[in-house]
Amino acid sequence: MTDSKYFTTTKKGEIFELKAELNSDKKEKKKEAVKKVIASMTVGKDVSALFPDVVNCMQTDNLELKKLVYLYLMNYAKSQPDMAIMAVNTFVKDCEDPNPLIRALAVRTMGCIRVDKITEYLCEPLRKCLKDEDPYVRKTAAVCVAKLHDINAQLVEDQGFLDTLKDLISDSNPMVVANAVAALSEIAESHPSSNLLDLNPQSINKLLTALNECTEWGQIFILDCLANYMPKDDREAQSICERVTPRLSHANSAVVLSAVKVLMKFMEMLSKDLDYYGTLLKKLAPPLVTLLSAEPELQYVALRNINLIVQKRPEILKHEMKVFFVKYNDPIYVKLEKLDIMIRLASQANIAQVLAELKEYATEVDVDFVRKAVRAIGRCAIKVEQSAERCVSTLLDLIQTKVNYVVQEAIVVIKDIFRKYPNKYESVIATLCENLDSLDEPEARAAMIWIVGEYAERIDNADELLESFLEGFHDESTQVQLQLLTAIVKLFLKKPTETQELVQQVLSLATQDSDNPDLRDRGYIYWRLLSTDPVAAKEVVLAEKPLISEETDLIEPTLLDELICYIGTLASVYHKPPSAFVEGSRGVVHKSLPPRTGSSESAESPDTAPSGVQAPEQPAVIPTQGDLLGDLLNLDLGPPVSGPPMATSSVQMGAVDLLGGGLDSLMGDESEGLRSDVGGSPAMGGGGSGGGSFAAPSTAAPANLAAPLGSGLGDLFDLTGGVGTLPGSYVAPKTVWLPAMKAKGLEISGTFSRQVGSISMDLVLTNKALQVMSDFAIQFNRNSFGLAPAAPLQVHAPLAPNQSVEISLPLNTVGSVMKMDPLNNLQVAVKNNIDVFYFSTLYPLHILFVEDGKMERQMFLATWKDIPNENEAQFQIKDCSLNADAISSKLQGSNIFTIAKRNVEGQDMLYQSLKLTNGIWVLAELRIQPSNPSFMLSLKCRAPEVAPYVFQAYETVLKN
Amino acid sequence: MIHSLFLINASGDIFLEKHWKSVVSRSVCDYFFEAQERASEAENVPPVIPTPHHYLLSVYRHKIFFVAVIQTEVPPLFVIEFLHRVVDTFQDYFGVCSEVMIKDNVVVVYEVLEEMLDNGFPLATESNILKELIKPPTILRTVVNTITGSTNVGDQLPTGQLSVVPWRRTGVKYTNNEAYFDVIEEIDAIIDKSGSTITAEIQGVIDACVKLTGMPDLTLSFMNPRLLDDVSFHPCVRFKRWESERILSFIPPDGNFRLLSYHVSAQNLVAIPVYVKHNISFRDGSSLGRFEITVGPKQTMGKTIEGVMVASQMPKGVLNMSLTPSQGTHIFDPVTKLLSWDVGKINPQKLPSLKGTMSLQAGASKPDENPTINLQFKIQQLAISGLKVNRLDMYGEKYKPFKGIKYMTKAGKFQVRT
Repeated sequence: MTDSKYFTTTKKGEIFELKAELNSDKKEKKKEAVKKVIASMTVGKDVSALFPDVVNCMQTDNLELKKLVYLYLMNYAKSQPDMAIMAVNTFVKDCEDPNPLIRALAVRTMGCIRVDKITEYLCEPLRKCLKDEDPYVRKTAAVCVAKLHDINAQLVEDQGFLDTLKDLISDSNPMVVANAVAALSEIAESHPSSNLLDLNPQSINKLLTALNECTEWGQIFILDCLANYMPKDDREAQSICERVTPRLSHANSAVVLSAVKVLMKFMEMLSKDLDYYGTLLKKLAPPLVTLLSAEPELQYVALRNINLIVQKRPEILKHEMKVFFVKYNDPIYVKLEKLDIMIRLASQANIAQVLAELKEYATEVDVDFVRKAVRAIGRCAIKVEQSAERCVSTLLDLIQTKVNYVVQEAIVVIKDIFRKYPNKYESVIATLCENLDSLDEPEARAAMIWIVGEYAERIDNADELLESFLEGFHDESTQVQLQLLTAIVKLFLKKPTETQELVQQVLSLATQDSDNPDLRDRGYIYWRLLSTDPVAAKEVVLAEKPLISEETDLIEPTLLDELICYIGTLASVYHKPPSAFVEGSRGVVHKSLPPRTGSSESAESPDTAPSGVQAPEQPAVIPTQGDLLGDLLNLDLGPPVSGPPMATSSVQMGAVDLLGGGLDSLMGDESEGLRSDVGGSPAMGGGGSGGGSFAAPSTAAPANLAAPLGSGLGDLFDLTGGVGTLPGSYVAPKTVWLPAMKAKGLEISGTFSRQVGSISMDLVLTNKALQVMSDFAIQFNRNSFGLAPAAPLQVHAPLAPNQSVEISLPLNTVGSVMKMDPLNNLQVAVKNNIDVFYFSTLYPLHILFVEDGKMERQMFLATWKDIPNENEAQFQIKDCSLNADAISSKLQGSNIFTIAKRNVEGQDMLYQSLKLTNGIWVLAELRIQPSNPSFMLSLKCRAPEVAPYVFQAYETVLKN
Repeated sequence: MIHSLFLINASGDIFLEKHWKSVVSRSVCDYFFEAQERASEAENVPPVIPTPHHYLLSVYRHKIFFVAVIQTEVPPLFVIEFLHRVVDTFQDYFGVCSEVMIKDNVVVVYEVLEEMLDNGFPLATESNILKELIKPPTILRTVVNTITGSTNVGDQLPTGQLSVVPWRRTGVKYTNNEAYFDVIEEIDAIIDKSGSTITAEIQGVIDACVKLTGMPDLTLSFMNPRLLDDVSFHPCVRFKRWESERILSFIPPDGNFRLLSYHVSAQNLVAIPVYVKHNISFRDGSSLGRFEITVGPKQTMGKTIEGVMVASQMPKGVLNMSLTPSQGTHIFDPVTKLLSWDVGKINPQKLPSLKGTMSLQAGASKPDENPTINLQFKIQQLAISGLKVNRLDMYGEKYKPFKGIKYMTKAGKFQVRT
């Protein structure tokens, strides 16, 4: 008597038979038939053809039958919308049923039927159910609003359900509160701008009360919602922490981790001297440890999060090393994560224990795990200097085991140890050389070759060793080929007499017989270098290398701070911000940790505006693996160099890495001329490691020189072209940035302008309130280009009601830098005697185009070629009826300079350059066909992220 | 929230699917199958798998993959905890959670899943409440239903869901009122070659079976509550009372539940009740190796160690083993290379041992890895951490319940390296 009988089929045609049974007048038979239908549905069989027959069974007082029909309806209504309408009447009737269970069931099922026609009928019953006397019905209705919003967002807004839902946050029943919060959170996810979950201290208090009484799932929703709140001062943060802490003892691990998120985030606001801060730190460790005794899947998620927590606050788990020791029957994904955390926690105090463990792991069965364990030993050596010797001897022991993959991994990490501690452990080279023949992986071979080349003078038979590799040169991977080339050149520079033949052989192999451009170029560079100036070659090739950094795999601090706000979410599992992977990332708001406030007083000033200002004691760190844009942007962190750019250029050229240096001498006499021209622009050497030594040139000095010329030209074109351009770039009309409704009567509209080298923000402040406004101040959040007010906001007299004042606020670009999304986003806080208001606006990029953005012709050509093709972006400018000359003059007004003009097959090609305040050059090719009002714009830039914004600037300038 | 659930058996068939929002095509599981193929064993399939439009979160229990599909950012632990709850519920309903059982009760399964989530939000996950909504199938009820035409679905409002104690149903009645508590501790330990402890910790739980009439309010106190500094409670426990008085005060759910779980990791508190003496050696150039294991009691507080099982994954190079145990039975599987020895009780006067030789592949070099020995055992009437219940009191009801408490210590992940 089990349900499996529903799966047995007869030859006659299942559907046909079921149809007959469904229409039977025996109740029992009907029910059995519906059960059969459901059973088929669950295994994915298509039984939609039975729709009318099943719906006919809906009118029944048998609750089970009703539920079964509902199940069927939810699944198939979408494919049979017209039929589904038949069910509406029964639903509406059920919503009035005296039994709350039936009412809730009806409204719940109706929400699941994703048919527009039905949703219209749903509104009235739903409104009633949201105000039902029974909390069970209210909580079901709350979720139903989220369902409806998913189907038809506009309808939900028009019907005012969102407000009703917000009211439910103050409901007396904790379950209703939790479901309302969950529904609102889900709706808010698709509406990032709406202030659906506008939390204030009163609503927070409600939530904290409900937190203690609702189910575990409700607690998760409420905690996640709390984590988005920004307490106004450290006292509020502490009181919330105190009320959240008991959740750490919950049996549900998701509750625990959500509580950890709230605490980690609000801790940021507490002063470290506080006793409570220490107590909190101590309380966080045990629940995290407990998570590790849970099922492996939970452990995995917990470990990924602990990885973040350990990076942010290592002190929490520093004594808990042992819980991360690997058990041999842990699943592999748990093993690898544990290993990672062990390294992060390794310190002088526990290194002996860690090493013993790692050595144990290196003899395990699982190859991936063994490899990672061997690597981990190397990372320990680099991280804890005192342990380096021990690590090296452990690695040597492992090499003695002669297990092939162990040896290879060991050699790769020993290379890193050499880089970190030069001239200390070279005595082991002999042992390494013994294993030369067993190496078959490219990475290990390359590492070994590097070692041989680097220490060629200490290895008697270095030439023989390298020669043996050379035999199969063409079968090697690129990595090994490049390394071999460099190693042999090093060898030659160290022992020139014996190895002339060898070096010639490798150079010809690399340059003549290879089709790999990287290899060929490197070969040519060495060749020219060696043939023109061996002394310089020695300086370049054998230059002292910078030590490798301690931990290369740390997450970059700003990203880490963002990820801490996402503890317990998918983002924390992937260690990526949600914008990087969540679908439709427009819905994602960047989260940031709250600033640490010393006292409640400072929290009221805009300095600590809750817009993501980093805690002040956090050092501004240049990301190690950041993209080029990040690097360039960060250059502005330092004060601008005021001296002439030429002075820095010679130093900078010297510091460029091997290839950069090679290029430098290859160019020979030309370079002198180039240098003076390039100035501090990163276009030349930006790809090399030397790029870090660039300082952004001050915009002021060269701008003064260029400006008169620029505007003079503008004037000239003004006459010929007859197009009225202003001296200075295009200024957009003012738009409203901050509506009066949102700012207690203060309306701000404004625009940005750039005139003769100075940027300003032109504002109109209007008082639409009934009281006088005074004490204005303005503050910008960190932004992509370091825009900051150059002077305080000066409003001379108090602003009377219905009065406006126009202000031009001068700006500079020496503020702190943080990459924004979109790039030209600017977040502003304005304060007056009433309150602090926040708004954000987008500034046109052309206000950042500096006056000395004209590149020398030759330089332009070289740079254009130098920038890789994948950095090229193409855009179409539509409906612009200007001719080439008019365009040039118009653009020049906004500091986009035309360098050359060509006419190719009847098309005008304009080559243009511009430079941003932070020294990024953008090169452009504009193709104009006389008959066609659409132009093609190709942009090339080392930081391709700016391209779309430059295009926007082009459009704005050309079309106005 | 949770979008859909797929149940997949070991051979890769999707045998049940349930959607709580719009229908997600089962082809999404192809990504899961890919990951499954890459993993060497079912246990190694990663719990979170990204696909272009969805995320798949899975747990593997009772040879079934429970794969949840989510589309937006949802806390993964939330999903995994929920999947565990699904597994527990199935087990609770059908006694065992297996493919056959689920297929046999597919309609009940479907109804239960429908009650557990609404639009992806958890609705009723307490088995007490679920059982009120949908009665678990019993042979008797099926027979009665067919005769009388009544149904499995309760038509009462699940009252517990609305009261201040949502975990307990109202109107509970028993003729024999009893409350049993089991203190069960598991030792997780890693012992190194020389016999010294690398890590050792105790995972303890107190499981309760409470069958009491009405709304009893219980308090449970311990002789040494200071042991418990890292605890997770069932929602019924009043946290404030614990914080201030170190007493567990609660209105219990009806039936079986886990009152609390705790964790003792301070090394000096964790006694290691057994030791293993081992001598496993391979000689270079010889195709024979020596194997010898002896198990003996260490700190057992005078209690007997029972149910001892020794298991060890031998290196691949081992072809066969010829061993003689002093007691119990042993099996070596030459395919999986798994040696298991069912020892039984340890008699301190005559320590059990397993001796003999291993034959290796002729001419092969000696294996690189050392086998790890996995140990299982049980000790009745002992909580190895020393935790002791002081007294159990009941308030709020007049009758006198029968109370019982049992202690047990077990090996959790107890590993000895060689």
